[in-house]
Amino acid sequence: MNNFTFSRATDTSSALRLISESSEPSAARFLAGGTNLIDLMREGIEQPPSLVDITLLPLSAVQELPDGAVRVGAMVRNSHLAAHPLIRERYPLLSQAILMGASAQLRNMATTGGNLMQRTRCYYFYDGATACNKRLPGSGCDALDGFNRIHAILGASPLCIATHPSDMCVALAALDANVNITGPSGERQIAITDFHRLPGETPEVDTNLKTGELITSIDLPASTGGLDSTYRKVRDRASYAFALVSVAAAVRVEQGIIREIRLALGGVAHKPWRASLAEKLLRGKEATQENFAAAASAELEPARPRKHNAFKVELTKRIIALVLSELTADKGTAQ
Amino acid sequence: MNASISLNVNGVERVLAIEARVSLLDALRDHLGLPGTKKGCAQGACGACTVLVDGERINSCLALAIQYQGRRIVTIEGLTNSGALHPMQQAFIEHDGFQCGYCTPGQICSAVGMLSELRSGAPSAVTENGATSLELTDSELRERMSGNLCRCGAYVGIREAIQQVYGANQP
Repeated sequence: MNNFTFSRATDTSSALRLISESSEPSAARFLAGGTNLIDLMREGIEQPPSLVDITLLPLSAVQELPDGAVRVGAMVRNSHLAAHPLIRERYPLLSQAILMGASAQLRNMATTGGNLMQRTRCYYFYDGATACNKRLPGSGCDALDGFNRIHAILGASPLCIATHPSDMCVALAALDANVNITGPSGERQIAITDFHRLPGETPEVDTNLKTGELITSIDLPASTGGLDSTYRKVRDRASYAFALVSVAAAVRVEQGIIREIRLALGGVAHKPWRASLAEKLLRGKEATQENFAAAASAELEPARPRKHNAFKVELTKRIIALVLSELTADKGTAQ
Repeated sequence: MNASISLNVNGVERVLAIEARVSLLDALRDHLGLPGTKKGCAQGACGACTVLVDGERINSCLALAIQYQGRRIVTIEGLTNSGALHPMQQAFIEHDGFQCGYCTPGQICSAVGMLSELRSGAPSAVTENGATSLELTDSELRERMSGNLCRCGAYVGIREAIQQVYGANQP
């Protein structure tokens, strides 16, 4: 691991100042739980000249806002968020997704903000002996014609077919969460679906966070609380493995008609994939197996698998249909 | 450049001079003479380096020591009480919860942290939503201990040992 200067911030303004005053602000990093960043530094993939420890920042609360939304501080540990009564009661989807990621030890360390900043687990990104445009822009992508079983089928580019590894972010995408950010030019809010990027021409840029900006909290809107929801993850082991495919779904069905639906997919793209087309096709429609299958097929129509991951296309369609039929069972039939 | 830091380990305040890049794991093993905590994968995948911080289990290989000042760190060496084995250590011996023993300190610290999580009502991925009184069923135990690998495959003994300690503490 490279050496670096280390400083500890005690509040948000000192964190921003310590980054902006560091030798190279664009290469400096905020350090929270460290579960991904320390690993990447040990592998030499990240070599920040400065780290600013933000674990002492007073951003560890989960609180209800006046409009009924729930605000989650960026330093709330993943395990604490998953166990929080407000989250288990109103957003069980989020609790489930978090608990299906990583191990108990890692969830005790990892923070809400850090979970959003996770980098891909693409083997080629991690292996310095191979070509990777995300690790070294312009070097190529050995995943394209390599062992690409875990790679993206939607929204990829000729430069990068990596996937985003988070389970939590897939749930956040389905729940229409907003990310609150503070930085050198003030505060702003980004919808979770606009926070992460598709690879395009710049796969080395994972998010729309700018230099020196800090995630302070995430808001879960009142409108997505209390829907019938579930998170289904398909992986190579029963526990402690990244998703091959995952589906976060939240619905409200009345007399067999889908009134409200939110769907997001994990393991299939460079960012949590909000299945907007499937949602549009299903909203106001009867909750039938045929409609679920048709919507899933339409969503996956633009899928472009590589040699080893074509199975993901069919798998994703089936998991979408399965999850929706389970969620809408016993919700009455259309009149 | 070395920084002088202070860590509270097993109830004792220890001062050491280390670089900021030294992990908590390496600080314990190489600087504080506590080699009980083991280095397996050094990437957070195996759980051999599990220690308790403020009562919660973490992977010490992914932690920078300098970040853990002011926290209560307990390692396998700190679980004994005046020389008497912790009930979890005793149970691992009684049930042959190991073969080579390399993953054992991490397994034991993790199991102690896990039972504390269970008592606090923290759910796992296999917990039914809304459930607050939790029982350590076999599927709960497997799920909650999935962050600790044993390449000898002593899982049967490990599960029996943990169940014994869990059962002994039930009202």
